[in-house]
Amino acid sequence: MRLKIILALSVLSGLILAWNLHTMFLAVPDELNQGAIFRIIYFHVPAAITSFAGFFFAMFASVGYLIKKDLRFDSVAASVTEVSFAFTTITLITGSIWGRIIWGIWWTWDYRLTSFFICWLLYVGYLMLRRAIDDPTTRARLCAVLSIFACVDVVIVWKSIEWFRTQHPGPVLSIRNGGGMAPGMEAPIWWNFLALIMLATALILIRMRQEAMQREIDSMRRYAHAF
Amino acid sequence: MSAVAIEGVWKFYGDFPALQNISFNVDGGRCLALLGRNGAGKTTLLRMLAGLSKAAKGSITVLGGDARAEKTRQRIGVLGHGIGIYEELSALENLRLFASLYGIQNPRQAAMEWLERTGLDRVSDGLVREFSRGMRQRLAVARAFLHNPALLLLDEPFTALDDRAIAVLQGLLKSALAEGRTIIMSTHQLREALELATDVALINRGKLAFRGDRSAEMLEDPGWLYRHYGEA
Amino acid sequence: MTFLRQALAIAGKDLRSEIRSKETVNASLSFALVILMLFSFAFDPSSDQVREIAGGLLWLVYAFAGTLILNRSFARELVNDCLDALISSPASGAQIFFGKCLANYLLLMVVECVSFPVFIIFYNARWPARWALLFLVMLLGTWGITVIGTLFSAMTVNLRLRELMLPTLVYPMLIPALMGAISLSTLLIAGEPLSADDTIWFKLLAGFDVIFTMLSLALVEIVLVG
Repeated sequence: MRLKIILALSVLSGLILAWNLHTMFLAVPDELNQGAIFRIIYFHVPAAITSFAGFFFAMFASVGYLIKKDLRFDSVAASVTEVSFAFTTITLITGSIWGRIIWGIWWTWDYRLTSFFICWLLYVGYLMLRRAIDDPTTRARLCAVLSIFACVDVVIVWKSIEWFRTQHPGPVLSIRNGGGMAPGMEAPIWWNFLALIMLATALILIRMRQEAMQREIDSMRRYAHAF
Repeated sequence: MSAVAIEGVWKFYGDFPALQNISFNVDGGRCLALLGRNGAGKTTLLRMLAGLSKAAKGSITVLGGDARAEKTRQRIGVLGHGIGIYEELSALENLRLFASLYGIQNPRQAAMEWLERTGLDRVSDGLVREFSRGMRQRLAVARAFLHNPALLLLDEPFTALDDRAIAVLQGLLKSALAEGRTIIMSTHQLREALELATDVALINRGKLAFRGDRSAEMLEDPGWLYRHYGEA
Repeated sequence: MTFLRQALAIAGKDLRSEIRSKETVNASLSFALVILMLFSFAFDPSSDQVREIAGGLLWLVYAFAGTLILNRSFARELVNDCLDALISSPASGAQIFFGKCLANYLLLMVVECVSFPVFIIFYNARWPARWALLFLVMLLGTWGITVIGTLFSAMTVNLRLRELMLPTLVYPMLIPALMGAISLSTLLIAGEPLSADDTIWFKLLAGFDVIFTMLSLALVEIVLVG
């Protein structure tokens, strides 16, 4: 049953992405100031939102684990974090490419990219902690606490980097140059967002299956060694 | 009235059950020898009684309350694998610290009293890092008994003790029992433990294989229990 | 009151240990001085450049040197299984944690107060006119470092790669606090006036400290007891 859901989500998201690519490249005109490259925001922004949401989702799963002590919550938290990590990487790379094309520099300390880089580092910390602990119960417990701390920190980071960068202004990656976007141009963002969310969900479900299988293997291994 | 009541306790390391459905009671004033091979689950169980880890399933009632409750911890003395004393502090400072953590009214007096009882009063100001092994162990025993706990949890207490320390510990355990305190002691040194024990429990591969009074048979032939109940 | 009494007993124990052995403070102080010297190679300490990066330099030194102290915090309890002895005592996880925070805070402040004059000398900076305000920044910023560092020290205490994991986890978490501390310190050392905008950094530091202290006190018991 779950396999069917995963398959359905992947196919649907693939179709939407394909349709969007068509829309993006053929139907939508080049943006005034930025030229052709601005299309990258159709991936950059949804990826950013997905990865940012991942922090909160993981935090809720972590709180769930601490309350219920059910390792499946831990699976959710870990899977969501891993997939969000991938999306954060995509956000950073697309942001970097965008910056390179527009300003000729590979990196800019604009407040969004900087915040995302810190998010990326926090995710790395979580993933490293997962690797460093062998016992699944201890791992779930400590990673849950880390997840909560990281999420609270992310909120503080966003606000403080925004203040910091208003003091040290630099280039800002923005899709709204002086006002909104033309309505036709905005729609693909939301469609892509839907597609990416479905893709993320499919990946998370796959990851959770892997976690469940790993748990089963671990316990069988322990049985084998003990007796 | 049970000093310790263990009901349907499970402990997992991941999905592997280290303790499976353990249930037994220990009445007040009794001394339980907790036997079992290495890896059977004795230390895991003792740690849960000491409030160092939590059971995944089941309930543990210690001295009428939750093992982790502050009131309970105040009345439990723990002697684990590690001696639990600070190398950089003196014997007196160590005991004063724990006396104050356990809420003893006059920490210094209690500390000095226990240093005398364990024969360490002459080195009270010596730093632990300069102590011999036997002296360290006696200080660890002092720390465990310092606050006159109603329940003593000892994990292989006789292992690697020198003769003087063994004598001190046995004396203290005997007088503790005479005062009506409860003792739970995991051990490999069957003879010393079985001498003191009134009750016996055997854990085999995470399951409770035997629970009963210590019989004369067991004392005469310490291996009896393992032979009859060891392979489960 | 019991909370404070227990915490102070543990803080006192940590400090007494440290004063006797002096190992952690010495290592931390030496490290701080070495970093200051290394930075002087990286940034030629002519007056103008120092003005711009003074705050950043200072807090990098504090954060790096501080990690040594914070790493030791719970690691020192592993000897002789003292951590188990503490946890099974009536002291709660929060009391143990807070006591260690107090001790670490004091040790960190000592290292910082000694490093600061050295920094002034090495980089030919002037002693800031508003040094009291700078001291306040140090007090606030250091507490943030202490709380996060001590909690993660508790979290990583039993890991094989403890020395590696602690910095990896702690530094990203500290970025907001470090940003606030750096911004304020740069201004104060340069002798520039603080505008109304800059008070936001004080609020950030205070907010960071309060939020993470409360969160840590709430969660440390879960971290310490399985």
